[in-house]
Amino acid sequence: MDRGGRMTAVVPTRATAPASGVRAAARIVAAPDGRGGTALPVLDGAGPLALRRTRAVAPGTAQVTVVGAMSAPLGGDHLSLDTRVRTGARLAVGSAAATVSLPGRCGRSATYDVRLTVDSDAELCWLPEPLIAAAGSDLAMTTRVDLAEGARLVLREELVLGRAGERPGRLVSRLTVRLDGRALLDQGLALGPGAPGWSGPAVLDRYRAVGQLLVVEPRFRDRPCQVAVLPSDPAEGEAMLTPLAGPAALVTALAEDALMVRRLLDAGRQAAAAAAG
Amino acid sequence: MTITTTAPANRAALLVLADGRFPAGGHAHSGGAEAAVAAGRLYDATSLEAFCRGRLDTAGLVAAALAAAAAAGVDPLLLDEAADARTPSPALRATARKLGRQMMRAARACWPSPVLDALAAARPRGAHQPVVLGVTASAAGLGPLDAAHAAAYEAVSGPATAAVRLLSLDPFDATAVLARLAPDLDRVAQQAVDSARLALDSDVDALPAASAPLLEIAAERHAAWPVRLFAS
Repeated sequence: MDRGGRMTAVVPTRATAPASGVRAAARIVAAPDGRGGTALPVLDGAGPLALRRTRAVAPGTAQVTVVGAMSAPLGGDHLSLDTRVRTGARLAVGSAAATVSLPGRCGRSATYDVRLTVDSDAELCWLPEPLIAAAGSDLAMTTRVDLAEGARLVLREELVLGRAGERPGRLVSRLTVRLDGRALLDQGLALGPGAPGWSGPAVLDRYRAVGQLLVVEPRFRDRPCQVAVLPSDPAEGEAMLTPLAGPAALVTALAEDALMVRRLLDAGRQAAAAAAG
Repeated sequence: MTITTTAPANRAALLVLADGRFPAGGHAHSGGAEAAVAAGRLYDATSLEAFCRGRLDTAGLVAAALAAAAAAGVDPLLLDEAADARTPSPALRATARKLGRQMMRAARACWPSPVLDALAAARPRGAHQPVVLGVTASAAGLGPLDAAHAAAYEAVSGPATAAVRLLSLDPFDATAVLARLAPDLDRVAQQAVDSARLALDSDVDALPAASAPLLEIAAERHAAWPVRLFAS
């Protein structure tokens, strides 16, 4: 079964991996190039996180694709990706394939820390492919976003428990977004073996994929989006679009698989874009 | 500042505060149980236990941590903001504020305190209920662990009581679910206090943000029903 559309095969071994795991810190800085476009004064890949500047989809926007140079994260790995978008710049970041969290040889957990900073009058579209927690894996994923007043953001996070037909791995995620220093969104999930109640009727029930798409847009301050439970067949998934207590809209989606989560998030994003005018 | 975690001298005040008959409006809310019953996800004592386990470690843990932090003296307005950030559903934010306003009325009658007055003045339409609960606990001479226990217990006792009415579940079975959850309630309350201690030394990001996506989505569906037995 195809879970993510663009997911590539990942070989669960890494010949070069030391038993202790990899420590890697990648960095991106986007700044105006002085000609109406966006330059990338820093584009430093590290370890399994290789970064490529790719063809821009929108004018004036720099596009970066995270290319998995090795299969990662494996148990014991500590990866981080730090991105800053300076005033006047527009950056879009995607990934070439789904990220698959795999068990390491050392039996320890892995961490993946993403830190995003967007200055005022700057824009970041953070749209990676899904994160898949393979059987036996154990990953803590942290995404911390600091937005200045007047910053714009589109951020997508998709978590999938297990590859097709596979038992789920353990996945703890936390997404913290601050706007002008104030808490805007803080959402954690503890899923998979050992997490209490996660597969019960209050959290995911039988769904095995969960996603959120956040749109922070200054225009929402005066005109927040309307609440909408998105039309769907609950056998496949369910989703809603909600205004947050700030200039932002959040789409929350749950589904059987990554493909359906993506469909629901896309539908919610369109509804949010219509609300933003 | 350190947080006292030993049993307080004021234990009877905790019984008053945590009593299901405390007049703070909680009886009108099912904690998402009514929506879960309608969705066919909650139908017997076993599914009630699974529902309560999930709610306890998500919304319950967050509420317990907010209450513990408020009782420990973390700025209630920052906690109120943190509660908003942890609640994507506007229906649940509105419910939390309504319950907070009702609890504030009862609290000021029971344990008059300038801290309660200040919070009521700053949030006339109601602060998030767990924040009010924490400040109330402090006004009643209780500590952060007491506040955490009260919030955690409320997170599961509401759905259990509602399930009895919604499903005609045997009250003995529903209460047995709560009894089986008791060790988990203790664990969650302790976890909440540990995070409140961190929040006191750093900031509110140290508090847990465990989310329950199905509770959030179901709350929005439920809020749109024309007729319902429970307010949430």
